[in-house]
Amino acid sequence: MDRGSSHKTWFQKGLRQWVSVAPYILIGFVFVCIFVIYPQIKNIWMSLTEYNIMQPSKSIFIGFQNYEKAFAGDEKDNFWMAFRNVILYGVFTIPAGMIIGLILAVLVNGVKRCGTFFRAVLYLPVLIDWIVVSIIFLYLFADGKAGLVNYYLMRLHILRQPVSWFSNTWTANAVIWIFGIWKSIGWVMIIDLAGLQGISKEIYEAAEIDGASGIQKFWKITVPLIRPTTYFVLINLIIGSFNVFISVYMLTQGGPVGTTDVLQDYMYNQAFKYMNFGYACAISVITGVSIMLLTVFRDKFFKYERK
Amino acid sequence: MRVRPSQVIKDLVLWLFVILSVIPFLSMISTSFSQAMYELPYPPKILPDSINFSNYAKILKESDFFRYFLNSVFLSAAVTVAVLFISSLSAYGFARFDFPGKKIIFNLYLFTMMVPGVLNLIAQYSVINRMHLVNTYTGILLLMIGGGIAGNTFFLRGFFEDIPHELEESVVMDGGGRWCIFRHIVLPLSKPALGTLGIGVFSGVWSDFFTVLTFIKDPEKWTLPVALQLLRGEHATEWGTVMAASVLLFIPELVMFVIVQKHFVQSGGGEGAVKG
Repeated sequence: MDRGSSHKTWFQKGLRQWVSVAPYILIGFVFVCIFVIYPQIKNIWMSLTEYNIMQPSKSIFIGFQNYEKAFAGDEKDNFWMAFRNVILYGVFTIPAGMIIGLILAVLVNGVKRCGTFFRAVLYLPVLIDWIVVSIIFLYLFADGKAGLVNYYLMRLHILRQPVSWFSNTWTANAVIWIFGIWKSIGWVMIIDLAGLQGISKEIYEAAEIDGASGIQKFWKITVPLIRPTTYFVLINLIIGSFNVFISVYMLTQGGPVGTTDVLQDYMYNQAFKYMNFGYACAISVITGVSIMLLTVFRDKFFKYERK
Repeated sequence: MRVRPSQVIKDLVLWLFVILSVIPFLSMISTSFSQAMYELPYPPKILPDSINFSNYAKILKESDFFRYFLNSVFLSAAVTVAVLFISSLSAYGFARFDFPGKKIIFNLYLFTMMVPGVLNLIAQYSVINRMHLVNTYTGILLLMIGGGIAGNTFFLRGFFEDIPHELEESVVMDGGGRWCIFRHIVLPLSKPALGTLGIGVFSGVWSDFFTVLTFIKDPEKWTLPVALQLLRGEHATEWGTVMAASVLLFIPELVMFVIVQKHFVQSGGGEGAVKG
């Protein structure tokens, strides 16, 4: 400390501290303010207007009409359809992803040799680009008898006729869900593996001495002791289902007639296809608030994550 | 050695999922090696029956693949360097300085990380449009750099705080200032963290789709993922060509993964690395 610092007022001290830290944090701060924080605020403002992208000054303030339009107005059918599909996506992908992920984590954890091999191969789907996977899935689920999935399902006599996967609401949704499960299993497995490593071996050894079977050990030891990790995975996957976008955009474009649309795809099309910027911003705010509430909830319960 | 039935079931389940994980990749690779044709190969292939590079040759010759590849490399590298530079400076500021409002600004950074980048796209579009930077690399570079700073500053601050103060005191003894400490102590000690985060940023930009799709109208400035999606639209049934392009997009990602594997720093899902 300088000798004169005690004479300086609080304000001057603060100013001096700012001068010394400014070279370090200022550029970053300016970037975050202009390209992240300002757009976030602007997003909220835009959602309250009939936004005119060509002449922003001509935008008309309309209050909560965009929200009304989504919840109860002209667009309510499409909005609730997109919302429903987000919920369905969660309902169908999360339990499957979590159960399979946990089973694989336990199995990989028990493998004596080639543990790294299994870990890497099972993690491969997480790693690969969503665009590339989407293209692969379009190929696998292609129409007609030459589509790979159709071909094998017919060979196994599960199907008699080839299915046009993307032309029906439920088969199209099913492909989107299978995509989601396929891509999330590896991530769940890696997180669960970290959780499993936190369980001490002695507990298992004690159980073995008492004659517990493998299945008993799984239900009575692994499942209860891994519960914090399970919650963490669950909340993250719920947040993830509000973020489904690329798979829908690439696989179905929301079709047939919007019945596979999800919130982000709906928002994107409203903005960049139909030029309803204000309304799209309202959808963005609704989605963002949902995700934020979940994030706050998660972080309240998982303080250690921030450490 | 006696084989227990429960072990057989375990191995079967494990291998079943290994197979389910790799089938899509295998079919991508086999299709990319098939003869160029205008309809789906029948019967569909999981394993390649011949190795045929004609699809690759076609992609490399006929399309502007090389241009897109360079575009992707340029954008990813530029964003990575800028994000790491700015974030490490900021992180050092937050880790080692005291100043009024520090907590507020830092929490503001954390707060911005809660909202997924895609949701910001529309408002960002209007901002960039106002600056007349739509359809320019300057525009998306600014956006991507801005989007990457909060998360990386957060991770690096944690890392910098763990560096013992004693190391810095030695520099102070020798008459060095803060900048000297940053440059000669903090940065060299953080190489592993910077490397891991750098690869995260790089692959985040590499696989970015919607930022480039939304902001860039000029086909010359497209990156690989956007070009790939378009290629699929144009050659809807030329699966061999499309798959060859997909493999070429995927290889750099695989290489980066192998590098990160060595010092695998676990982080949640796609969180934090870069916000597009």
